[in-house]
Amino acid sequence: MTHTASSIGLSRDEMARRAALDIPDGAYVNLGIGIPERVAAYIPAGREVIYHTENGLLGMGPSPDAGTGDPELINAGKRQVTVLPGAAFFHHADSFAMIRGGHIDLCVLGALQIAANGDLANWSTGAPDAIPAVGGAMDLVAGVKTIYVITQHCTKGGEAKLVEACTYPLTGRAVVDRIYTDLAVIEVTGDGFQLVELSPGVDYDYVAERTAAPLMPIADEGRET
Amino acid sequence: MIDKTIASPEAAVADIFDGATVLVGGFGEAGSPIELIHALIDQGATQLTVVNNNTGSGEVGLAALIKAGRVAKMICSYPRTTNSTVFPELYRAGRIELELVPQGTLAERLRAAGAGIPAFYTPTSVGTPLEQGKERRSFEGRDYVLETGLHADFALIKCRLADTHGNLLYNKTARNFSPVMAMAAKTTIVQADRVVAPGDLDPESVVTPGIFVNRVVAVPHPAYESELVAQGVSYP
Repeated sequence: MTHTASSIGLSRDEMARRAALDIPDGAYVNLGIGIPERVAAYIPAGREVIYHTENGLLGMGPSPDAGTGDPELINAGKRQVTVLPGAAFFHHADSFAMIRGGHIDLCVLGALQIAANGDLANWSTGAPDAIPAVGGAMDLVAGVKTIYVITQHCTKGGEAKLVEACTYPLTGRAVVDRIYTDLAVIEVTGDGFQLVELSPGVDYDYVAERTAAPLMPIADEGRET
Repeated sequence: MIDKTIASPEAAVADIFDGATVLVGGFGEAGSPIELIHALIDQGATQLTVVNNNTGSGEVGLAALIKAGRVAKMICSYPRTTNSTVFPELYRAGRIELELVPQGTLAERLRAAGAGIPAFYTPTSVGTPLEQGKERRSFEGRDYVLETGLHADFALIKCRLADTHGNLLYNKTARNFSPVMAMAAKTTIVQADRVVAPGDLDPESVVTPGIFVNRVVAVPHPAYESELVAQGVSYP
């Protein structure tokens, strides 16, 4: 975080809070590891959301109080969690039937790159000495109805993560629906990136300069939401 | 009279042979059959192909089996985890093979093998590097990749409660891959925290029916990877 222009745009928790506003009541949701996990803490009061973790649990609750956890009750990030009333356990093939079969409404993931057509790269930089690891990411983007991405708008080195075409190995093709960054909320449309909302203190030019693909400005009226 | 119980982990894994394909249950430490894996290390079988979601942590359980040089090839979805150092070192040194499989495809390949389905089409991995070398086919305008069932010689799994017929109940998210691994292996070996008599389990609550299980060993108070790693244990 020390390399980003931290005075401009949303913090990680503010990004999670912003994405949480768009999660509908009653949704079955899978949250990726990292910033996406924080979304659960910011669901607006009055909404009930059921969390799926691909290692076999629907109805996942927050981390346990110290000393009360079970090492065999964990989330996909292998951190200890709890179960909420109405929860269910199941095996991996059933869990991914929920994912691949289109039963999970929404998934929030992190990203290395997102292309203007919705291609997502989030599992490998393709570096020759890296240990390749994909987990459930390819299944999630292939099967979940709606894919949200939460990410910093640029890398720590200042490179755009929203690009014309991904250079990193893909997780899935044309799968991303919405992107929540520190600078803006952006919809992926059939025509490319559509700006939906600017973070406080950020203007269109600031975001467009940091987006390596055309960015359609917010339309005043009749905007598709 | 059917009684699948075996006296010890050592006896349960005695016939695992060099070059065998072995499914190992667990997601991280949840459901990892550490006592069976340690018995396999003691037994000495080598050149194994091992299937697990991960590659173990520290130098206990699956990571210890890999460290002992017994694993020629890992088939998994996520070979990097906290405290996972054994596999990365061997992989970078070119001393262990890796077949990377998306997690849901891994589960379905096991389920298919156990269900008599030789292959299936999945949308997962279309357009990605993991599609390479696989047949693609379009159904109703969408592309899918052909994946094959994943059979094995043995499965090593852990459960909370078993009866002597091999009916199994698991503990929370320790269930994960174990039910489909039990289906996919020729010989399924189970360590259970507790073993009870037929009739003591409610048939409505059985998760893995005993037909998929060959051997059951009682291992009361099984160890957890995280506890052993915290204690600085390096097996053997």
